[in-house]
Amino acid sequence: MSFLIGTEAIAHVAFWIVVGLTFGGAVIAVFPRNIIYNVLGLVMALSGVAGLYLYLGSFFIALMQLLIYVGAICISIVFAIMLSRPLHLEVPKRSVPKVAMAAGASAIFFAAVVGVIFKSNWVPAPEQSGDWSVVTIGHLLLTRYDLVFEVISLVLLVAIIGAIVTAGYSRRFSS
Amino acid sequence: MVTLNSYLTLSAVLFSIGAVGVFTQRNALIMYMCIELMLNAVNLTFIAFSRYLNDLGGHVFVFMIMTVAAAEAAVGLAIIMALFRNKETVNVDEINLSKG
Repeated sequence: MSFLIGTEAIAHVAFWIVVGLTFGGAVIAVFPRNIIYNVLGLVMALSGVAGLYLYLGSFFIALMQLLIYVGAICISIVFAIMLSRPLHLEVPKRSVPKVAMAAGASAIFFAAVVGVIFKSNWVPAPEQSGDWSVVTIGHLLLTRYDLVFEVISLVLLVAIIGAIVTAGYSRRFSS
Repeated sequence: MVTLNSYLTLSAVLFSIGAVGVFTQRNALIMYMCIELMLNAVNLTFIAFSRYLNDLGGHVFVFMIMTVAAAEAAVGLAIIMALFRNKETVNVDEINLSKG
């Protein structure tokens, strides 16, 4: 019994560590003036969200999050920073009333969303014994949700072509 | 046991932090990163609902959003690079090419 309580406490502590990682990373991603710190904070926040997915029991989505967001998107942002040299440009001063207004608008939005969350009566599913393995997700993606799968493939193809064309044309214009 | 409400509140906080970033920052790359943060908050909401309603549909939404985010990374970063090559800036206040 004490062993069970111990593991539960450890899981609880791990959950709060992951939440702290997410929020700390988000704040670091938004507020510093040096863009490298922003990217590192984004990596931290995205890893924290991957931990939350693990806590929710979606191992596959957590791995996808790490691979796609941390592994691909953050690295391509780092490449963009490296190639566009915004580090050497001076950062314009931030005006206090603008920051206050942005914080106020976001706080109003947050209050509205939290109001909706706590006013609504969410009814959970009667049984929580769903099968969440990779096999099930793969079967569903190729049977019930096969249109989604094909649309995703098409979107990726169009995005690849678009990125190549955009990069190529910009080089032609500037030279 | 963490309840559904705490997950939803958590993702609302994450979304609000991202929104503050989009409103205050003028650097196109940092704004892009804040948008990624907001997309992640929405993903977290979908996964939480998917778990509590015991339905895999939420996962399919998350696949879709992640793919669109990857496509957005490819095309958006290419556009930001093209802008920097032509205007030598990533500050969105100075980018007014279509302003007539």
